[in-house]
Amino acid sequence: MSVPGLQKERIIEYLKQGKRFDGRKTEEFRNISVQTNISECAEGSCSVKIGKTEVYAGVKMSIIAPYADGPDEGTLSVTLELGAMADNDFDLGAPRIEAIEMARVIDRGVRESGIIDWEKLCIKSGEKVWQVNLDIYAINNDGNLFDAAALAALVALSNAKFPVYDIEANKIEHKLTDTKLPLVKENMSFNLTIHKVGDQFVLDPSLEEEEISDYRLSIALADNKGEPRITAMQKGKPGAISESDMEKILNLVESNFKELNKKVTKIVWG
Amino acid sequence: MEERKIIIPGETIVHGDEFLPGDGARREGQDIVACKYGLSDVNDKLVRVIPLSGVYVPRRGNVIIGTVVGVTFKGWLIDFGSHINGFLNVTEVPRYIGRGELRDHFDFGDVVCAKVFGTDGGNVDLSVKLRGFGRIQGGQLIKVNPNKVPRVIGKEGSMVSLIKAATNCDITVGQNGVIWVVGDKIEDELNARKITEFICENSFLSGLTEKVEEYIKNDLKLEIKQTKFENAEVASENPQEEQIGEQQ
Amino acid sequence: MTKVESLYKKRSDGRKFDELRPITAQVGVVPSADGSAMYQSGKTRAVAVVRGPRLLHPKHMENPQRGILRVTYQMMSFSVWDRIKPGNSRRGQEISKVSEWALNEVVNLDAFPNSVVDVIIQIPQADAGTRVAGLNAAAMALAQAGVPMSEMVCAVAVGKMDRTLVVDVDKEEEDFHEGEGPTDVPICMTSRSNKIALLQLDGKISVPELRELVKMAREGCKKINEIQIKALREPGKEIKG
Repeated sequence: MSVPGLQKERIIEYLKQGKRFDGRKTEEFRNISVQTNISECAEGSCSVKIGKTEVYAGVKMSIIAPYADGPDEGTLSVTLELGAMADNDFDLGAPRIEAIEMARVIDRGVRESGIIDWEKLCIKSGEKVWQVNLDIYAINNDGNLFDAAALAALVALSNAKFPVYDIEANKIEHKLTDTKLPLVKENMSFNLTIHKVGDQFVLDPSLEEEEISDYRLSIALADNKGEPRITAMQKGKPGAISESDMEKILNLVESNFKELNKKVTKIVWG
Repeated sequence: MEERKIIIPGETIVHGDEFLPGDGARREGQDIVACKYGLSDVNDKLVRVIPLSGVYVPRRGNVIIGTVVGVTFKGWLIDFGSHINGFLNVTEVPRYIGRGELRDHFDFGDVVCAKVFGTDGGNVDLSVKLRGFGRIQGGQLIKVNPNKVPRVIGKEGSMVSLIKAATNCDITVGQNGVIWVVGDKIEDELNARKITEFICENSFLSGLTEKVEEYIKNDLKLEIKQTKFENAEVASENPQEEQIGEQQ
Repeated sequence: MTKVESLYKKRSDGRKFDELRPITAQVGVVPSADGSAMYQSGKTRAVAVVRGPRLLHPKHMENPQRGILRVTYQMMSFSVWDRIKPGNSRRGQEISKVSEWALNEVVNLDAFPNSVVDVIIQIPQADAGTRVAGLNAAAMALAQAGVPMSEMVCAVAVGKMDRTLVVDVDKEEEDFHEGEGPTDVPICMTSRSNKIALLQLDGKISVPELRELVKMAREGCKKINEIQIKALREPGKEIKG
């Protein structure tokens, strides 16, 4: 959708006074609600809602030959679909570049954080390892699919269990074990996307705010003894970050980290 | 008059030779059957379905609020959220616009309040010739389900007057479900937004005006400055009968 | 008709042979869509979203006489035990097309030339009968979207396990291979005029058995229509049946 000029001006004008159309403060998130096990056929699955924005994520495990540079390590594959179901502007057919970018950013966020203990996914060195297939689907877009998708990825992973694997017959059975995936809780990174709208920075943008923002910066944050540790970053959209902008963004990260980390930790690990 | 109820396509609304099928209904033997999802309405012998949903279908005389999405040498293409765009010809603007001057007058992203003066040939022809129409600036836009517009306007404009009285805002309601609100203070506009959302979420309830007044007084804690409208109740659902959007 | 001996004696979930699985239906599950609905039969769940009538791209697909219906059916990767690679599949395309034909039977887009009504069906969890669940959800979503429809459509997968006729085949039954094996017959019927808008068959069956199956499907569809109506009368509420 395209936001009319009049609307864009009003949104920016309000933000100058720290006000948003839905009454939130600039750094306030909408209500987050999570439902796990939305598919009984998945190793792990969930629905995550931030306000009315909703995504589904699911984990399926498969067995493959390891990559040459990691004969003892499991692998990860992340796909993300921004399908016509979720938004009038999302089309049918081939994935748009936004979906590809989002999938890759979430992939890096999970991969580089070290939350998955890759070596514990090894079945037989150099021959067989587990691949974690994480597939994310946008269900309803009301702004901030990025953070919703990244959160759904974490929840699906934290709830996932190994399927029963008959190593002799080399067959993955259609049932789950009680063993969860080998995850390192302390290494969890969550995704925070900050949008520059007019002169202000907002968290958890609405659909219109997202559309009119100059740029967005997605930052993956991990907990380093209570202090934020940045494990990944991605700037999107054409705008450029000035020096003072960067300073404001980093301040925003520092001041909001504790509360957000607490919230996400509870959602992901219970 | 039979009580209105939600009717589903294929359901029999009434049975009998004496009835006539109106909008959203058809005759099948002795039955009048629904061909649309909505509220069944039996008025004397006319049976129709009042839509609860569905894309906005422009009618002559409607006031719409839309955005300029195209500029040709003959006029502007206006998107008002329907499955067709409207066309505003240069000849329907109350001043002379030279070739090449169109974008100086209305540019991409500009919002216009226009009247629908023709809908044949699959085109929707718009005009801004009358007073009060043209480019609008300032304020904010609220999008609602176009089928709820009659409720937002109210019988003889009573509901929209109530919102104005409670928030001190200027309000123009487009039949296409786009509402333009201008207030002196941010809080006023945000309150108008909240009241509009409340009306839309509760549009099917009876005694809506009382409920809206309660919401304004108890939840938003606002005063309603003008006198209450005694006869404001269920709005006429036919958009052609309804008072078209007004600007004060 | 004399009672026939069959190797399929009992359904594992205890249902009678002509009994539908428990149904859950809800309308309005995707707020930004023009219409949406969830339909669940046993463990099979379908979500359908309708967007339109709206402008059609690519323009060469436009029909100047009436709007077109475009249906996309897809299963989510984690809806079944053996992961389905995300994206289009040939099976998905076939089901999209037969579903489109079924829905076209009741939808009337004469008032919207050059426009499209998109119906997007996704399956988050599957246990057989996904295409019929998808159709049941799509019909509710189309109605909620205010698309002109002469009537609703209801769909059910009936079938035969060896010599036993059943209604609402589940995955386990689809895999029953004793005797004459499984025969799977998805049927979609119009709610008022009882016309068959979708019909597929996979297996082997005699003419009298098929006649009986169609009758059983009609009964099943009546019950499904009652639930669709309940769900549409109370949008947002989860209806069970």
